[in-house]
Amino acid sequence: MINRSLKLASSLALSLIMLAGCKEPPIERIPMDSVQHGYRGTGMVQVYNPRILEKQDALNTAPPALPAVPDDGPTAKQSYQNVQVLGDLSQGQFVRLMTAITAWVSPKEGCAYCHNVQNWAEDSKYTKIVARKMIEMTRHVNSNWQQHVNNTGVTCYTCHRGNPVPAQVWFTLPPQAKGSDFIGDNAGQNTPGEYVNLSSLPTDPLTPYLLEDKPIRVNGPTPLPSGNRHSIKQAEWTYGLMTHMSNSLGVNCTYCHNTRSFQSWKESPPQRVTAWHGIRMAREVNNEYMVPLTDTFPVERKGALGDVAKVNCATCHQGAYKPLYGYPMIKDHPELVAAKQVAAK
Amino acid sequence: MADYQNLFTAVQVTGPLHHGIEQKNALSPRTGEPWLWHLAGRLGNAQIGPFYLGGLGIMSVMFGTFAFVTIGFNMLASVQWDPVQFVRQLLWLSLDPPAPGNGLGLAPLNQGGWWQIAGTSLTISILLWWANVYRRARALGLGTHVAWAFAAAIWLFLVLGLFRPVLMGTWGESVPFGIFSHLDWTAAFSLRYGNLFYNPFHALSIAFLYGSVLLFAMHGGTILAVGRYGGEREIEQIIDRGTATERAALFWRWTMGFNATMESIHRWAWWFAVLCPLTGGIGILLTGTVVDNWYLWAVKHGVAPPYPQVWGPIVDPATLQGAKP
Repeated sequence: MINRSLKLASSLALSLIMLAGCKEPPIERIPMDSVQHGYRGTGMVQVYNPRILEKQDALNTAPPALPAVPDDGPTAKQSYQNVQVLGDLSQGQFVRLMTAITAWVSPKEGCAYCHNVQNWAEDSKYTKIVARKMIEMTRHVNSNWQQHVNNTGVTCYTCHRGNPVPAQVWFTLPPQAKGSDFIGDNAGQNTPGEYVNLSSLPTDPLTPYLLEDKPIRVNGPTPLPSGNRHSIKQAEWTYGLMTHMSNSLGVNCTYCHNTRSFQSWKESPPQRVTAWHGIRMAREVNNEYMVPLTDTFPVERKGALGDVAKVNCATCHQGAYKPLYGYPMIKDHPELVAAKQVAAK
Repeated sequence: MADYQNLFTAVQVTGPLHHGIEQKNALSPRTGEPWLWHLAGRLGNAQIGPFYLGGLGIMSVMFGTFAFVTIGFNMLASVQWDPVQFVRQLLWLSLDPPAPGNGLGLAPLNQGGWWQIAGTSLTISILLWWANVYRRARALGLGTHVAWAFAAAIWLFLVLGLFRPVLMGTWGESVPFGIFSHLDWTAAFSLRYGNLFYNPFHALSIAFLYGSVLLFAMHGGTILAVGRYGGEREIEQIIDRGTATERAALFWRWTMGFNATMESIHRWAWWFAVLCPLTGGIGILLTGTVVDNWYLWAVKHGVAPPYPQVWGPIVDPATLQGAKP
């Protein structure tokens, strides 16, 4: 993803073509499986491609948990220096979590990816600062966003999957590279957008909705006009965000909406409520945890505009309706929930 | 003996080239010598030409070319004048109308101004071409049916790009010039205004669209089927009914109890075709101006049926938290 973003920086159009050219072609052919997802005869079905699901299956298998260790003996704070977040864990639990994190995040790079192995306590590597913040984030999500993650929870593995940088992160796209200022403005769309499944919809609907707090809803509450001034163009931006969500989860519109009325909550599947909280969760994670790390990251980890890598729906979901098909990794790592953490902050 | 019992033109008659009928008030001498093109003859008449553009036609082509080139150069500039990217991304590229906030005034050149220029030129070009079609029909002593059918399509074009944006108070409501972008616009239009499928004029328009297709297939099939009895001379058979007409009529009475006549089938076809954009244009014009949300409108008037709820009561979470999403 970092390499991709650098390409974006050098030339937006060129890089999109390269991505389009290099991407493994999806296996889009019949037969498909369709699963009813609502009242009969209303077109409420989910369409799945069994050949794509087969490939995804292996990617969504959680790694085996490390054996549990007793919750007694000296705490990590007592045993080690400079333990700011996980100090209340027992020493055994602390080491177990550190081992798990290494397997989840930096299996090739090992402990030295974050730690100076001459002096484990020091904060000289930026990756350690980031990791600390990410552990706080994980605890915050597991404790305060159960409307989205329920008791399935998230761990480092949910996003990282063995990569030091999660495969699916995003940066605010730089404005269109122009040959001149008097002709050829593309209005932020009309080019195969990576964030919108290579459609011609607005290329970066993530910045206004998952970083900023722009209104997503465009429908009015009454049959006849009563002051709703949202435009068709705004609807295209919302459409772009929804395309990102659909693509990130590998689902149709009908997973969350009854398409006879995208607006009506009464007729929507309950997944829409979960997704609604997910949008707010991603927005909060970006603003409270990622953006404050902007200066911590070295320049090669940042986007073309110098912005920090951010999360969207794909960061966790990676094409699955639930990350890891809903496997509750958190049950083996209750220390990543930490309800106490909220009060302490 | 010619055999017309074929889905493809099996017979290609070549004869002396002709300039057409004598005209008393020809506006200009006919341009160029006609020639025969065999491949064209496989589809229609092998004779190409003579052409007639005239003042209206020439002006129409000029304005149309200007609009086309304006759109094309904007697309080319949007990929930094790279011809390879222009071809690769052609379906994605677009010239968009001004942002909604611009209202009905002149927009900055690169923020919708080019769209206004291209749209104005295209509109002038189309209206001039309509006048050209009308006057050519008159010059040949024809009725003006084709011109009025064309006018029905122009009505829809003007509703989309002129009448409705003016009523809505902003050019931002109108359609971009681009392949995918105008499809995006169509989808977003329906999404914004609460599902166009509940717009009864949209429904009528679809009925006339599919009806036109059906009538076209029925009529074309009928005439080809009775071609062996001289049925392709349908206009003669309007007043001098032959066995082809009688067999065709009986076929439809047998299969659906009722039949058109050799004349009326063309009126059916013309009206179905013309009503498709006429009703569609009404539906577009009412959207946003008179009705803001077609789904809620359909619920209010009992058009959209309620379905049993299969999930527990789902409540808008924004209303629960008192937060504005």
